[in-house]
Amino acid sequence: MNRYFPHTPDDISEMLARCGVRQLDDLYADVPESLRLKEPYRLPAEMDEYAVRRFFDSLADKNSRIRTCFAGAGFYDHAVPAAVRSLAARSEFLTAYTPYQPEISQGTLQYIFEYQTMMARLTGLEVSNASMYDGATATAEAVMMAVASQRKRNLVLVSATLNPAVRQVVDTYARYHGICLVTVPEENGVTSRKEIAALLEARGKEIAAVVVPSPNYYGIIEDHEGLADLCHASKALLIVNCIAADLATLRTPGELGADIACGDAQSLGIPLSFGGPYLGFLCCTKALMRKMPGRIVGATVDSEGRRCFVLTLQAREQHIRREKATSNICSNQGLMTLWVTIYMSLVGAEGLREINAAGASTARYLLEKMTSDGRARLRYPGQPFLNEFLLETVFNVDTFIARCIQDAGILPGVKIDSNTILMAATELQSREDVDRVFEIATTCV
Amino acid sequence: MNRKVYGKLIFELSRKGRRGFRIHAAGQAQLPAGIPANLLRQEPLELPETDEPTVVRHYTNMSTNNFGVDTGFYPLGSCTMKYNPKINDEMAAHSVFAGLHPSTPTYAAQGALELYWTLQKALCEIGGMEEFTLNPFAGAQGELTGLMVIRAWHFSRGEGEKRRKVIVPDSAHGTNPASAAVCGLEVVEVKSREDGTVDVADLVPLLDDTVAAMMLTNPNTLGIFEKNIPEIARLVHEAGALLYYDGANLNPMLGVARPGDMGFDVMHINLHKTFSTPHGGGGPGAGPVGVRKGLEKFLPNPRVVKRSVTPDGFPVDKNRRYGIEYSPSALGSVSATLGNFAVQARALAYILSFGSEGLMEAGKLATLNATYIKDSLKDVYLLPIEGLSKHEFVFDGLKDKSTGVTTLNIAKRLLDHGYHAPTIYFPLLFHESLMIEPTETESRETLDEFIGAMREIAREAAEDPETVKTAPHLTPVTRPDDTAAALNPVLTYDML
Repeated sequence: MNRYFPHTPDDISEMLARCGVRQLDDLYADVPESLRLKEPYRLPAEMDEYAVRRFFDSLADKNSRIRTCFAGAGFYDHAVPAAVRSLAARSEFLTAYTPYQPEISQGTLQYIFEYQTMMARLTGLEVSNASMYDGATATAEAVMMAVASQRKRNLVLVSATLNPAVRQVVDTYARYHGICLVTVPEENGVTSRKEIAALLEARGKEIAAVVVPSPNYYGIIEDHEGLADLCHASKALLIVNCIAADLATLRTPGELGADIACGDAQSLGIPLSFGGPYLGFLCCTKALMRKMPGRIVGATVDSEGRRCFVLTLQAREQHIRREKATSNICSNQGLMTLWVTIYMSLVGAEGLREINAAGASTARYLLEKMTSDGRARLRYPGQPFLNEFLLETVFNVDTFIARCIQDAGILPGVKIDSNTILMAATELQSREDVDRVFEIATTCV
Repeated sequence: MNRKVYGKLIFELSRKGRRGFRIHAAGQAQLPAGIPANLLRQEPLELPETDEPTVVRHYTNMSTNNFGVDTGFYPLGSCTMKYNPKINDEMAAHSVFAGLHPSTPTYAAQGALELYWTLQKALCEIGGMEEFTLNPFAGAQGELTGLMVIRAWHFSRGEGEKRRKVIVPDSAHGTNPASAAVCGLEVVEVKSREDGTVDVADLVPLLDDTVAAMMLTNPNTLGIFEKNIPEIARLVHEAGALLYYDGANLNPMLGVARPGDMGFDVMHINLHKTFSTPHGGGGPGAGPVGVRKGLEKFLPNPRVVKRSVTPDGFPVDKNRRYGIEYSPSALGSVSATLGNFAVQARALAYILSFGSEGLMEAGKLATLNATYIKDSLKDVYLLPIEGLSKHEFVFDGLKDKSTGVTTLNIAKRLLDHGYHAPTIYFPLLFHESLMIEPTETESRETLDEFIGAMREIAREAAEDPETVKTAPHLTPVTRPDDTAAALNPVLTYDML
């Protein structure tokens, strides 16, 4: 018997007797013979723990050793406090189900309530849900939410400066859901305000929302001052896609008058893990609260008057409303909300500002170095950025990336095309790392 | 579990000047000049100011008010709360993968891609499907992705606009109709017969050239195997529609029958159910989607592929066989990356730990455990449907309805006995549904104790119904006021 099955042969025969059958297969007498598996699965034989470990080690050995990275494009290499890892691994949290039984789930409900509070403060909006899958699906859900909350408006404007990986997901959801997207062109690396104004002027009555990023795909901090008023004058909602950690430093969607903030919270200490699990966040004004997708935790009291927490506003959700629900989301990224809540508790607001400042100053040193010999230049000079920028190079980007990985164990950025690379820095890269990357760049043609 | 409520919030432990984590190099950094002031945060951010010991104690104490699979038995129907092996967590946290950026060039991430590809292939074998994508983040997103595949296929045949209906049984999981609606499809319910299976006579008139798909879970949400599945598949296919398998109930089929062989065209698997990745208090899960031959070109981008020759016939270096491709025929993208990679790693570790032989046993033992509970309790709990059932089954409350004790009361009283509650009031076919799924990782002793507790509650319901009706009595909090929470939503500390 496999090590995870507690059954002894005696258990099985006695249990079968209670069930009034002679063998396990009798429990499947209703499965037509023609459908039955005739042979065992063509899969490897059972492995013990050491064999499993060896298997994963051998896979790990097939990856290149990468010790640090200047790659971003929405996902950043930040320090992960040991206490986060240790606490999030507690099996009372890890092996719990969705907290539908509040009496035995106060742990989960409390940290979600803390998470909602921290995310609301971070984005400057009033409320947050209990998480979406990732930043891309959070943005797609924000678009569907905006359309559902408006009557007879089915058009959404999306800035061309939104991360294309996010845009692809938004496009896919919109296409099948029947929402029409119109791209707002960019001007010198930022969303064209003139074009938004013109589109609102021409088709204002059809437009449910306007989606803009900041920082955008190129790392540029966009100036959205006054955009909310422009949108609201046409009764369109403003959706801002942002990077969670940056909001400790940058103007918040709330301060901009946005209705919905969404994006990825991976930057709050979640490991890169080759793409996931990450954490999508979605925050909004109180006015839109009942249109939010996904789970939400609220405070209440129990029958003895004690403060406690429950899943609330469930009349929005699929298990109650079925096809009329605000979204189909059921499982979310649960444990990752605990992860970032503990992270924010440890790091604090001051720590987040320091981390942002460190990334920003290393990014400037990186830019200075990379452009020092005239073989690379900033694509959008003069545009403000925090810790990420787009560089045009004389040398071949593929060669540059390959050499950095091979010679230094550094992933130097995200390739955009053969002569364009997106580079970012966090608190984890040193000036020596920058010097090494630049040194390699000088050898590339 | 600690029966005393901990109840504090991190904000209440905050004291000005405390810090729990610091990167020294970052402490010396100043925000560089040059960012205009109007682009910077205007109002100060308030987050807790707490030291590491305080944070560790806070969350540790909080965790003791939580009930997980490691705490005790979780007979939660349709949720497959099986044991989550520890080695899987260790593999998921492997340092080489943990630090890997999703945009790492494929030649530098061959091991990670091989991991993804190996799991993809294992799921093809288990599901009886041609290809899988592991990108969807959860079961509901898997359903949505699967329906998008189906729509993309209809569009490729010029029938996309015409076929906009999805047939869903009235006993289906709520995500089925919700996913159909998000996908821009109209939901049509098909009735269940008295035994909970699809009423084929009701289905036939619904099938016409406006139907895109029918969604089914098999066994259904009552744990009953749809014997008519070959006939249903034939009818659906004759109408030009496709058959979708909701993998939420795949567990009892392990080692017995494959959805692909039953006639399903598209399916999803909840890795956090059948393949034991931890539920994490609501996620992260994963909802890989499989398709039969002919539909693979519609699977979402990005796709992980293995190639020994390039499309134009050149041999591929054996150290660079795994790649990431984007296809113009794909339905689009449902994720910015390759999905919840660390969850996929856990599922692969689980499959390897079981091997073919172990997986062949898992489904049958899950069914044995469920049937054992059912047959041990049906004299006191009302079993609305007699006959064979699989990994889960549904009671319609107590047999003796005179006590006024409801399913909700029973569920809450079970908490006092140290169990998680079963799924209640679902499916909607009965008034007092109590849906029990034990999974294969529970021992006979655990099942016997649970059966004892259920009998004790039935006895108590007759002798002292008030105690059952006012349960739970031994939990950290009791009967929270849901109505107040919804009427006056307090969703943040600042709204308290």
